[in-house]
Amino acid sequence: MSAPSTSTTPKAPVRRPGLFRSAWRFGRTKIGVALTGLIVLIAVVGPFVAPYTPTEFVAKPFESGVDGVLFGGDNRGRDVLTRFLWGGWTLLLLAGSAAGIGVAAGTVIGIIAGYRRGWVDDVLMRTNDVLLAFPQLIAALLVMSIIGPKVWLIVTVIAVSHMPRVARVIREATRKVIEQDYVKAAEAIGLPRWRIMTVEILPNVTSPLLVELGLRLTYSIGVVAVLGFLGMGMQPPTADWGLMINENRQGMAVQPWAVALPVTAIAILTVGANLITDGLSRAAIGIDRGVEK
Amino acid sequence: MFRLIVVRLFFGALTLWAVSLVVFAATQALPGDAAQLILGRDATPERLEALRDQLDLHEPVAVQYIQWLQGIVQGDLGTSFSNRQPVAEYLASPVQSSMTLMGLSALVATPIALFVGAFSALRRDRGFDHSASMGTLVLASVPEFVIGILLILLLGPGGLDLFPSVYAREGGPEQWVLPVLTLALAVAPPIVRMMRATMIEVLESEYVQQARLKGMSERTVLWRHAAPNAIGPVAQVVALQLAWLAGGVVAIEFLFNFPGVGKVLMDAIEDRDVPLVQAVVLLIAGIYILVNLIADVIGLAANPKVRVANR
Repeated sequence: MSAPSTSTTPKAPVRRPGLFRSAWRFGRTKIGVALTGLIVLIAVVGPFVAPYTPTEFVAKPFESGVDGVLFGGDNRGRDVLTRFLWGGWTLLLLAGSAAGIGVAAGTVIGIIAGYRRGWVDDVLMRTNDVLLAFPQLIAALLVMSIIGPKVWLIVTVIAVSHMPRVARVIREATRKVIEQDYVKAAEAIGLPRWRIMTVEILPNVTSPLLVELGLRLTYSIGVVAVLGFLGMGMQPPTADWGLMINENRQGMAVQPWAVALPVTAIAILTVGANLITDGLSRAAIGIDRGVEK
Repeated sequence: MFRLIVVRLFFGALTLWAVSLVVFAATQALPGDAAQLILGRDATPERLEALRDQLDLHEPVAVQYIQWLQGIVQGDLGTSFSNRQPVAEYLASPVQSSMTLMGLSALVATPIALFVGAFSALRRDRGFDHSASMGTLVLASVPEFVIGILLILLLGPGGLDLFPSVYAREGGPEQWVLPVLTLALAVAPPIVRMMRATMIEVLESEYVQQARLKGMSERTVLWRHAAPNAIGPVAQVVALQLAWLAGGVVAIEFLFNFPGVGKVLMDAIEDRDVPLVQAVVLLIAGIYILVNLIADVIGLAANPKVRVANR
């Protein structure tokens, strides 16, 4: 694994370049950062530069060619550009927190399962298998349909659906790390188990961890967007890219901008995030990208 | 190997049972009970009581679950709240449509993906390989409904106007083009990547080198020695992608207004039609588990070490 262990090599003569630096050498990583950065910028700065408020009526439904309304009106006559500028940060926030929580929880489970082995491993991994049996979107839809589309619920469901996938990868990485001598040494001097897990193992699984974070972030963006598109995400009158697509798809032939803008933004964002992930995983060679979608 | 497969089958059945438990438990979390949902808010207490008796809602939860499970095992998925039709009957036609859609997509995607992957491996690190690699990366990252909408904007009524973007009962075969194309583009990338990686690995192996040194023609080397050894892992990915399709159709059917299980699920959620939601979720999860199981078995069967050991 690429991250050098600080506890065993305090004065390593030549430090290998870190994961980020070696990932940055790939052209695709730079393109990915640029694309992601552009969309994040739109999402964050957008609300401050929007010409109208998101719920203001400025045109007739699906009307275009109105003065001062660059991309026309949406299904209810609200400014498409304004709603586009306002609609990004909810997606980023939801996807970001879902990926963050899911990866954190999955890492904890993965390290414990990989290190403790035995029945703890068995129980955790069998529970994982059950969670993996649900396609991510179907699990989210089942819960949303019963409790209703709430923001915390969206984040929780997506995070929970990431957990087993992350745990599986981190468990594999952990099992490689615990073969190393420094872990055996730490066990020999009697360090408590939680310290071995946090100080010896965790820093040595950061490469797969970062790759997983990127991958899960890409999927989270996809799931949050799909939920919005299916009307199971943010609810009207919120300006949200997924919901915008849902609301305006009937008028796609007459007023394509209201759908084209958010769709393009989601596409660029996911491609950018995946390019970064690809760069990271190439930098951390030996990490299987996995084949599931 | 036989023992391993039996163990997998057992775990598959166990997982399916756990999923049924989750689906049942989820509906127990509903505010109000089934009787309330069916009759609406302004039902009289007497009618509610009568319906509760009829639906056995006074029994303990465990008994209700066992009754529900018994029904499912016997093919009785309950009665839909919104149209009072037996769910199994109601689902027959949508299931058929979805299966056709998924089958067509797989039929279109798999051969093309295998060809592109194999060709990339042969032209490794050249122009075709690089553009195929970029293309699959882009397609793999974008959510499937985004691919669908971009296709509609491009080829649908707003763009080149080649194909209709909404499914209609009286429409011709051209309305299948966009949904099938979308799903095919969404499932293909992992197959391409796996095919490429496996082919590269196989082409560098010693037995392919040996076959070349024997002076065999490149075509014989490819088809007799390389391709059969690449089938195992690739078949596994193809199966996994088919499993993914079971969940992926939902958004696509919603987008194209295609009358399949995904559309039924979305409508059922809208109507809060619990038996229908339960049935569709169980169905999709069941297909998902089954196909994953098949992928596992293919993986085991294709691995010579497993195949030969303790036969």
